[in-house]
Amino acid sequence: MQKNLKNIKRVNRHKHENVFSFTVLIICVIFLLLPLFTIILFSFNESNQSVFTSFSLHWYKELFFNSRNLFQALANSLFIAITAGAASTFLGTLAAIGTGLNKQSKSTFVNLITFLPLVLPEVIVGISLVMFFSKISLSLNLFTIFLAHTTFCLPFVYLTVQSRMQGFDFTITEAARDLGATERQTLTKIIIPTIAPSIYSGFILAITMSLEDFIITFFVSGPGSTTLPLYIFSLIRFGITPVINALSFFIILTLSLSVLTMKRFVKILASSR
Amino acid sequence: MKNYKHLTFPMSIFLSIFFLLPLIFVIFYSFMEKGLYGGVVNVFSFDAYKQIFQRSYQIITLRTLLIALEATVITVVLALICAYAIAQSHHQTLFLSLIVLPFLTNSLIRIFAWMSILSTDGMLNNLLLKIGIISNPLSLLYNRNAVILIMVYMYLPYAILPIFSAIDSFDFSLLEASRDLGATKFQGIRKVLFPSIKNGINTSILFTFIPAFGAYTISLLVGGKDSYLLGNLIVDQITKTRNWPLAAAFSLLLTLVSIVGILYIYRRPSYAKKSKKYQKGK
Repeated sequence: MQKNLKNIKRVNRHKHENVFSFTVLIICVIFLLLPLFTIILFSFNESNQSVFTSFSLHWYKELFFNSRNLFQALANSLFIAITAGAASTFLGTLAAIGTGLNKQSKSTFVNLITFLPLVLPEVIVGISLVMFFSKISLSLNLFTIFLAHTTFCLPFVYLTVQSRMQGFDFTITEAARDLGATERQTLTKIIIPTIAPSIYSGFILAITMSLEDFIITFFVSGPGSTTLPLYIFSLIRFGITPVINALSFFIILTLSLSVLTMKRFVKILASSR
Repeated sequence: MKNYKHLTFPMSIFLSIFFLLPLIFVIFYSFMEKGLYGGVVNVFSFDAYKQIFQRSYQIITLRTLLIALEATVITVVLALICAYAIAQSHHQTLFLSLIVLPFLTNSLIRIFAWMSILSTDGMLNNLLLKIGIISNPLSLLYNRNAVILIMVYMYLPYAILPIFSAIDSFDFSLLEASRDLGATKFQGIRKVLFPSIKNGINTSILFTFIPAFGAYTISLLVGGKDSYLLGNLIVDQITKTRNWPLAAAFSLLLTLVSIVGILYIYRRPSYAKKSKKYQKGK
């Protein structure tokens, strides 16, 4: 019945297909993908001008054999992404299970502190953290970056897992309890395995956010704690080299391999916002 | 049943220390006097707030508001059309994947790619010169339009997704019903489709306007004198001019505008009130 209804909906909607909106969509997709094409094209360019002269692997050679600083920055970024991702996934999942199981009362405080970091401009989060760290005289290094990244990743993980908890079928936990499982067993053997995909998605989301962040990191990083976006920024500001293009295409390739994960990510993003 | 509230405590404590507390610090800092070499002196003063209302700062605030509004209108209109087209196409997953594909690359690199497309010796100018549409290269970068273009580019995917998920769950037979009942196509879209996807539209307005209003990187990299925004002002006050109270005050202004925006967007929509009234009347 349900499925039938859905099919009818689907048939109905295609009647409304129209040329105008479809053209705009195609133009927008090209608009969104144009920079990616340029990145890929220029990574194989011989000269370092923004005109394509001839094909060469020069910049890839440069990337793999002559970019120590870049790989140091990449290592820093990955370290931060994984540690901050793990920390925010742990705290966020715990909290999401907490609110999910606690159906009687809804905490406005939890809603507020998970919603605000999500919507406030990044500059604000960066400024407030740098003022805070300077007040408690914490010197800026990888640790402060870790704290900052955990802060802004947490709401994303929490909301991802929490939206899964909302659709959780609590009759199975009751069944587990009836069959003699303890509370801890119910949690580790029933609840966590059931929501595992959303925890995983939250973790991936956190890693992506962390690797991507420039503004907040810009504030809370100190000497010797350059992350990849900071390094890229310095390249863009002071002497552009197409090495970044080569690196980007390399990253695109690596990430495309996990495209199946991306698909899930898309759906979660679409449903969580 | 046991109360599981304590599971939320670790997160609440962490965010209270590293998110709320720093925000409270910003409030305090905005009411202090600036230190000679950055930081603040513990003296209460309204200096920062007096400075906010200087003419040059007023211009920057207004400019930021205008640019953010323009970018939001363009982005959301495009997002509406795209989301509508995706919802009706047979290849939803394909289009959605294409739209989030840019997320695979760092945003700085994508801005850099745009810079090499738009620069005076860039791809676009070369193309136009070759075709013969223009005889001298246009200066497309480092101005207001470049900032708006890049903003639209950056926020469009974020704007499409919420509207798409709203349209996707919309029952299109309702539109036909409205036509049967004598509504024109336009009326159907305005009075049937729009109200039911309003939440999606609101979310995408929010997720475009707030980052645009607090933008820093975009205007720094592709903006010029006519597009120096509040975000740049705040960062420069921290890193160059070293006037922390002023940076704090402007940050509060930004926060306040964002919160007002959120409250306005998520206020109870008028039609919900109306339908409540009708139900009561029954």
